[in-house]
Amino acid sequence: MPIRFELNGLPTDIDCAADRRVIDLLREDLGLFGTKEGCGTGECGACTILVGGEARLACLMLAAQLAGRQVTTVEGMTHTPDGAVLAQAFVEEGAVQCGFCTPGMQMAALAMLRQNANPSREAIREGLSGNLCRCTGYVKIIAAVQRAARDISDERRA
Amino acid sequence: MTDRTPLCAGKPDLRGDATAKASGKERFAADHYPDLLLWAGAVRAGVSHARLKAVNTTDALAVPGVIRVLTCADVPGPNRHGIIHKDMPVLVDDRIRYPGDAVALVLAETREALREAVSLVRVESEALPAVFDPAAALAEGAPQLHETHPANTLMAAEIRKGDAAGALAGCDVVVAGEFSTQVQAHAFLETENGVARLAEDGSIDMVVSSQSPFRDRLEVGAALGIPFNKIRIRAPHLGGGFGGKDGATVQCLLAVAALHSAGRPVKMHWEREENLAAGYKRHACQLHYQLGARRDGTLQALICHLVYDTGAYAHLGGEVMELGMEHGGGPYRIPHVLVTGKCVFTNNPVAGAMRAFGVCQVTFAVEAMMDRLARELDLGPLELRRRNALSEGDTNCSGMRVITSTGIIGCLETLRLHPFWEQREEWKEQARPHTRRGVGLASVWNAAGYGGKVRDAAIAKVELTPEGTVVVHSAVADMGQGNSCAFMQIAGHVLGQDAAQLIVRQPDTATAYPSGSSAAGRTTYTFGNALIKACEELKARLINRAGLLFFIDSDQHLCLVPGKVVHPPSGRELSLQQIAGFMSQEDRVCISQFVAPVCDPVPDTATGFFIGFPHVIFAYGAHLARIEVDLLTGVIQVCDYLAVTDGGTVVNPVMFDQQVEGGVAQGLGYALMEEVVTREGRVLSDGLSTYLIPGAMDVPNIVSLAWQGHEATGPFGMKGVGEVAMNGPLPAVANALSDACGIHLQHAPLTPERVLMAMSAGSEEGCKGPAPPVESLGRSRASSVERPNAHTL
Repeated sequence: MPIRFELNGLPTDIDCAADRRVIDLLREDLGLFGTKEGCGTGECGACTILVGGEARLACLMLAAQLAGRQVTTVEGMTHTPDGAVLAQAFVEEGAVQCGFCTPGMQMAALAMLRQNANPSREAIREGLSGNLCRCTGYVKIIAAVQRAARDISDERRA
Repeated sequence: MTDRTPLCAGKPDLRGDATAKASGKERFAADHYPDLLLWAGAVRAGVSHARLKAVNTTDALAVPGVIRVLTCADVPGPNRHGIIHKDMPVLVDDRIRYPGDAVALVLAETREALREAVSLVRVESEALPAVFDPAAALAEGAPQLHETHPANTLMAAEIRKGDAAGALAGCDVVVAGEFSTQVQAHAFLETENGVARLAEDGSIDMVVSSQSPFRDRLEVGAALGIPFNKIRIRAPHLGGGFGGKDGATVQCLLAVAALHSAGRPVKMHWEREENLAAGYKRHACQLHYQLGARRDGTLQALICHLVYDTGAYAHLGGEVMELGMEHGGGPYRIPHVLVTGKCVFTNNPVAGAMRAFGVCQVTFAVEAMMDRLARELDLGPLELRRRNALSEGDTNCSGMRVITSTGIIGCLETLRLHPFWEQREEWKEQARPHTRRGVGLASVWNAAGYGGKVRDAAIAKVELTPEGTVVVHSAVADMGQGNSCAFMQIAGHVLGQDAAQLIVRQPDTATAYPSGSSAAGRTTYTFGNALIKACEELKARLINRAGLLFFIDSDQHLCLVPGKVVHPPSGRELSLQQIAGFMSQEDRVCISQFVAPVCDPVPDTATGFFIGFPHVIFAYGAHLARIEVDLLTGVIQVCDYLAVTDGGTVVNPVMFDQQVEGGVAQGLGYALMEEVVTREGRVLSDGLSTYLIPGAMDVPNIVSLAWQGHEATGPFGMKGVGEVAMNGPLPAVANALSDACGIHLQHAPLTPERVLMAMSAGSEEGCKGPAPPVESLGRSRASSVERPNAHTL
């Protein structure tokens, strides 16, 4: 079926099966490999994207559900002011190791920061609790999100 | 001269891979979708032990989009792979030895067709008696797995130093315990995958998520009878490895698929369920310990017996057990030691390499014994450890004189001065109602390198491109630990260059040179040493060629700065691009090699070992866990964690902490929640909702401190720290639990059920009682529904 949605700020028209998984649509049809698959069953969060500004799991969504929605993947996130600050905070705080969870982790963090611009460490832990990381122990990820919150609010003030 | 700052060993330079990963641009193996690809998938046996009779492919072949269904008849060559023992069939041709064995291989146009066809392949087999418990497998009359290994014994070995039995009898105090540890899964986020293609000249080109690209060539070549120079392996950045991608996972299957796909590329990507069912695991272990000391706290004797369950195939089981045995007495001076070990075949999933392989099992036992000894002696647990800790010049528990950097005492002293230790009593008193608090310690150590009788070597290649960029051809995979970033830092340091002037290529067997696996705490150490030499050679050439171009009779004042060679006395400079333009292709490439030191003379303490003993370099650490136990639910909350680590001189403090924090987190999962539950070899915890790993709310703040020594043999004085941190959390938390509640759990993981049962039974029961059978505990993971069609993974 033809589906029209907005992908990373650009109007996008595709024609695919209505029940195609969004993660396959993004990765295989549109070549956006930044959205990762770690489990395929909604348990690891590696495929987190933003749909209408909210964190959603691309492995549990079907193509038809995107119709008319605004979709942001990691490729688009890094071109937004807040997303670029967040990605830079991940880099500079050492929050990236193997990097396979990183895109999804950042998407979840970005959605959280939009809800809560100044989250406590505990709020960050809770906000990221749906995203598994096997490399870092989360210490530096939490530090990165705290720093991004600070840097984003500094930029807004400036 | 320049406003660019060269990279510098010892500084927290940013990881060179982080930006591409954070922006989603890094291409992992999983991100390769070549044009015209076919999907390949394995059909798993689904039965524990059986004689394969037939594979009926008719229904599967009838699925639209299915191209081929391959069986053992389609596998050329010996059809056996394995790192040490070639005992694992690519596709079963005779006996099924565990439910995850691959019996057929489907090639299909789409994943949907693949999935359907895999479920329609009918495996006909004749059941054989099976065995799942290592003790039962060792008993007379047990079903036998491999004719080559009588009594299901992959390896039986011992380390004998002094007269342990005699000395133990003479000890003032002896403590004893029986312990068990569970099967752990690596649970890397990028599951096993790769793509392969058969080229027109008959060679196979593979991009695969692998820790050992050069060994993969040998594995595929040996299994399929293909000359290894006809196989090219590329290993991009891995989405985690932890040992689980050391050894063939998809490689041989992909190569078979490529041989039958008429030149079309084939892609295989295991789903999480297949990863948990058929991927390699950490060995479950049973441990019997007796440790004795004099009244003054001097350790005298250790006798322990270890049984490792290696599952259906050898993989590195013998070497895993050897390493556990070598570490069996902890980082302490013990004059009399007897460690015996058996590594046993069962019809369980295959156990292989995993971070801290063999060692985290024994650390649980020996560190619990140390705490119990301290209580019996009325000594503090830290004091007992400090009094017996190894120093350079001592002989360790396996009889080797330690002559490399040995910082365990420094780590313990650093821990002693930390507020978590100094203020432990005040902290414990602040426990909330219905909770108790405890503080537990563990000393840890972990050998680096392959050990004796295995050449532990690397060959580094650096290349100056015609554009003046320096390319490091890494030959050891980066599974996320950042070794390739360390290589960039090392090359930048030696050559005076910044990140903008450097590129690290991930391993490609066509352009790099064999350098071993990314494993054993040897990756940065071994390749880094070779790289320093290669970079020094390149530096000398660049200086020399610049001198030539400057018409200078001495190299004395020439130096490398980012992007150029400068001659400060005359103010002249040449860009690296200009210099490269005057150099031939072969002149722009430098290659050097390094072989890691081995023990000489080898102590005569070990018998039954094949390779991998002894080791000469060890990382050390002292760990502390502060926990709060909920007396109503039995839940252990780890409130704070401290890890002090001796990794020699730290090359990059941030990457050092990353390894320690990640190791602690994985260790906390091992301590508290992770367990691969099986029934008759079938994995019941087959997803991330039943195989639980720590999330952001489960891991406390981890304080990582470096105790900086200097390892004279290491690049810039470093030692590998990828594994050592994994060893601490289980014993530290168990010891904290003893401190909090007076119960001594000896069976991991330390689940709420076990805590409650031990508390209700009283300390003695908790100490000596048998492990509650996991499936009777009514835990969510154990109650997952057994899949009747387990072969349709």
